[in-house]
Amino acid sequence: MTNDYLLCKKIMKKNGIPVVEIRNLNHFFGEGNLRKQILFEINLTLKSGEVVIMKGPSGSGKTTLLTLMGGLRASQSGSMRVFGEELVGAKQQQLIKVRRNIGYIFQAHNLLECLTARQNVQMSIELQNGISPTEAKAKSLQMLAAVGLEDRVNYYPQKLSGGQKQRVAIARALVSHPRMVLADEPTAALDSKSGRDVVELMQKLAKEQGCTILIVTHDNRILDVADRIVELEDGRLREGSLVDSFIGR
Amino acid sequence: MKTPLSWLQLTHEKVRLLVAIAGICFADFLMFMQLGFRDALFDSAVILNEAIDGEIFLLSPQSDALIAMKSFSSRPLYAALGVEGVKSVTPIYLDFAIWKNPVNRKTRSILVLGFNPSKNIFNLPGINEENLAKIKLQDVVIFDELSRPEFGPIPELFQAGKTVKTEVGDRAVEVQGLFSLGTSFAADSNIFTSDLNFLRIFPQREKGIIDIGVIKLAPDADLEAVLNTLREKIAAGDVIVLSKEEYIEREKKYWQNGTAIGFIFALGTGMGFVVGTVIVYQILYTDVADHLPEYATLKAMGYTNNYLLGVVFQEAIILALIGFIPGFALSVFFYLNAASATGLPMIMTVSRAGTVLILTVGMCAISGSVAVGKLRAADPADIF
Ligand SMILES: Nc1ncnc2c1ncn2[C@@H]1O[C@H](COP(=O)(O)OP(=O)(O)OP(=O)(O)O)[C@@H](O)[C@H]1O
Ligand SMILES: [Mg+2]
Repeated sequence: MTNDYLLCKKIMKKNGIPVVEIRNLNHFFGEGNLRKQILFEINLTLKSGEVVIMKGPSGSGKTTLLTLMGGLRASQSGSMRVFGEELVGAKQQQLIKVRRNIGYIFQAHNLLECLTARQNVQMSIELQNGISPTEAKAKSLQMLAAVGLEDRVNYYPQKLSGGQKQRVAIARALVSHPRMVLADEPTAALDSKSGRDVVELMQKLAKEQGCTILIVTHDNRILDVADRIVELEDGRLREGSLVDSFIGR
Repeated sequence: MKTPLSWLQLTHEKVRLLVAIAGICFADFLMFMQLGFRDALFDSAVILNEAIDGEIFLLSPQSDALIAMKSFSSRPLYAALGVEGVKSVTPIYLDFAIWKNPVNRKTRSILVLGFNPSKNIFNLPGINEENLAKIKLQDVVIFDELSRPEFGPIPELFQAGKTVKTEVGDRAVEVQGLFSLGTSFAADSNIFTSDLNFLRIFPQREKGIIDIGVIKLAPDADLEAVLNTLREKIAAGDVIVLSKEEYIEREKKYWQNGTAIGFIFALGTGMGFVVGTVIVYQILYTDVADHLPEYATLKAMGYTNNYLLGVVFQEAIILALIGFIPGFALSVFFYLNAASATGLPMIMTVSRAGTVLILTVGMCAISGSVAVGKLRAADPADIF
């Protein structure tokens, strides 16, 4: 990462400028008579370095909120500031800029089938300018080693297990030192042990890099990694109970 | 180098790649065959033009082809003799007359060519001293032994030692020799004779009003320089000055543009193009459709739409290039065989190879630009 960025992050941390600041956000799907409100008056702030878990029943709008925060979907009304950048009414170019500072982890790993584990990770680094191919390769290998896949770097996704693929996806999301990681049910396709491993890995690496993590999950076994839990119900956000109450389950 | 996604994407699925290459190879083969046959036919249309031994040709500006000649005065041709580098000039008379088949009395149109037989100006088998001496005689012609059979069994009769007498126009003539030219678009048969005999066959034609002026240059003359001088000095409104190359090109162009022949082969080539386009489109479209979530993921990571367009177009270009090579090789092989089977001169030329390569790239580019429409469906909001 560039020094500029590190500096910027330091300043942000010091001044406490939030990574994400959502104010009175509403979101609608559909047109005319079919127009349906999905998110209602959302207010949410994510601070630098925080690990936040978002829960909520199916269909409550979690994924929708995540895609809005990630600049994958156009925000409609209210205010949605990500890295200080207003996304309501933002241009495609701005959205792409925001996306480059976010690591995404999907339920389906979405690795490119035609690329090896290392090449998949490298695709993320290649979005940054001024990184030499050798450097990009070295960083990818280092990141794959960090997720425990040093002996699988030249495997194609087809030849990897679900957990291994998810770990490649994590390596891909984190290799560019994103300012924020958005993960949507990253453990849903994994058994409880590998699910747990994957989340802990995410948490550990993200903490090392000081980046903010938002995880959407139904999986109660991983709630303890969170600093904070928020709950979405019928499109309305409720600040969740403290982590401790879940650990005692 | 950045990860060459287009190449890796293409080569990841070997079977699909092979199908694509086979498809492009086939399309290229079709185009090569159509263009090859067309050029071979057009080449056969200019055998006579090519056989004339001269470097520069004078024509009426209204003469487009051998079947559409406008006569002009031979005065500028003789004026050319005064230009440095010009060795000799020869006027040629050319016209079509009605030939009567001496056996069944049926008539057909025949190309009659008249020239001064004191000098041989044709590189054709059978146009030799002996035959030239014969056509100096009154009403004697020599006959093209490669004529269509409808003109009568002249070569057989002649070789059997019989005198062959018949009528051309309203004139009684005698065949006293054979030469080899062959049929073309213009004529199914040809007779050559002296300029004097020509004017006897066509009494309405005037002496000195010719159809082609042939200029032969001195061995050390500079073609470009003489052409320029001639164009300045003698090319007026009623005559144009052409190099031999230009003269042949003019004849070909007439058959290409002025007739349906060019169109028919263009149609065949177009079919090859369409087949190729459809195949490549299929390949690229399925490629995009199958990898939609992956492309959407790239968009989510921050790759631009242009990057993805680039990937698809690169795939198209790569396909074009690697499909062209076997298509080219296959066509060269067939050219060699077709030449011996049909007697048509089929050779692979650099310009034709270039044309087909450009068509192939165009074919893939069109397919690519249609297939990328599907990329818009790669919505990063849909992949969570
Ligand atoms: N593209 C869309 N067009 C219209 N409606 C949509 C669209 N995407 C989601 N919805 C609707 O928005 C609501 C919230 O969907 P969302 O995917 O955000 O739920 P979720 O909380 O992620 O659910 P789950 O836990 O099942 O993943 C649902 O009622 C869904 O039908
Ligand atoms: Mg969801």
